[in-house]
Amino acid sequence: MAGSTQQTNEAPAANADVLQQGEVLTPAEGHATDATGAAAAAHGTETHAGTEAHSAFPPFDPTYFGGQLLWLALTFGALYLIMSRVALPRIGSILESRRVRIEGDLKEAERLRQETERAAQAYEQALADARTNAHKIAEETRASIKADIDGKRADVEADLGKRVADAEARILATKQAALGNVDGIAAEAAAALVEKLSNKVTAAQAKSAVATAVKEMAS
Amino acid sequence: MADPNVVDPIHQFEIKDILPFGDTGLGVTNSALFMLLTTGLIATYLILSTSRRAMVPNRFQVVSEMLYEFVARMVTNSSGKEGMKFFPFVFSLFMFILVANLFGMIPVFFTVTSHIIVTFALAMLVFVTVVVYGFVKNGPKFLKLFVPSGVPGYILPLVAVIEVISFLSRPISLSVRLFANVLAGHITLKVFAGFVVSMSGLGFLGWLGAVLPLALTVGITALEFLVAVLQAYVFALLTSMYLNDAIHPGH
Repeated sequence: MAGSTQQTNEAPAANADVLQQGEVLTPAEGHATDATGAAAAAHGTETHAGTEAHSAFPPFDPTYFGGQLLWLALTFGALYLIMSRVALPRIGSILESRRVRIEGDLKEAERLRQETERAAQAYEQALADARTNAHKIAEETRASIKADIDGKRADVEADLGKRVADAEARILATKQAALGNVDGIAAEAAAALVEKLSNKVTAAQAKSAVATAVKEMAS
Repeated sequence: MADPNVVDPIHQFEIKDILPFGDTGLGVTNSALFMLLTTGLIATYLILSTSRRAMVPNRFQVVSEMLYEFVARMVTNSSGKEGMKFFPFVFSLFMFILVANLFGMIPVFFTVTSHIIVTFALAMLVFVTVVVYGFVKNGPKFLKLFVPSGVPGYILPLVAVIEVISFLSRPISLSVRLFANVLAGHITLKVFAGFVVSMSGLGFLGWLGAVLPLALTVGITALEFLVAVLQAYVFALLTSMYLNDAIHPGH
């Protein structure tokens, strides 16, 4: 198709203008309208294909090949340089720094989470410690108070016991002393009585008399 | 524009001098202008949109980053980590063809990739890069590319010949695929759009009849946008696959 268009273009080459060219090309079977001319052109002007460049199918027109290659080299080269030196390293660094940042943030979050866990554990531990401590202190206090009270009570009881014993001893001594005196007094009273009634009674006689009397009273 | 024969679908591909440089054809033409615009747009956009280097990107920066990651993924998927050496090259190719194709979708604008010499030059650039890098990196081992392993000895010469031919035809297939898609699409679009204009010149029935080509024109326009993007993708994808051959020549 491309070849035939190139050839058919030569047909109106004499009065080559854009409109004529279109006339031949628009309907795909354009040369049917103009078959003889096209056929003639195909044979006759084939040799002119290169020289009649301006009327050729533009994409195959070699006139501007050089210019297109030159400008493509310049513009694509410039694009490549700008992309490889400026734009892509920049985008790459943006993406890289974002990746690093996200990774860092995730790591930091993980670290903080672990720290929180540790803190929570430490808190639990401290709480348990405090609880056992409090128990211990309470126990100790209770024990010491109990010991204190027990000691005091024992002291007081011992003191009281001693005093009771002392008092009992004193009472006993007093009683004995009193009982001892009673005998003497009775003997003296008996002697005085006997002396008053008789003349003379010895102390020994009086004493035996009293003892007999006491025995009688007791029996 | 009443005459249907006046609509010329080829006219859009014509190269015109803007600042001629003598008679050499090396001056600024509409083609050169759109190459400059293509490079200018890509560079300006990518540089401006990323100038803030924002950790949280705005929508413009997101587009640049997506393009970067899209091409980077394409390169690493087809040629591995080592292929990233060629990432700027593949990225430049992809963006250049993409933007040139999309520029071509704007009416009146010239389509750089509709000229075989441009696509062929790009394809040859890929081809030469593959061959030169392949030999520099692998030495003669690069030729293993043409000798697939696990092929019985007696058909090996035949397979090697086929491999060589297919390898040599790569720049042709690569360039013609892009060029022909763009060219055919633009011609079709112009022809159908021309039908609308010429038929509507025929009065009321013509207006009615023009509805069909109009609908087709709309449909083809959408298709052409797809083709513009797809061809840029295909070109870049094949480039990275060919580069993979240069990096790892054993099949």
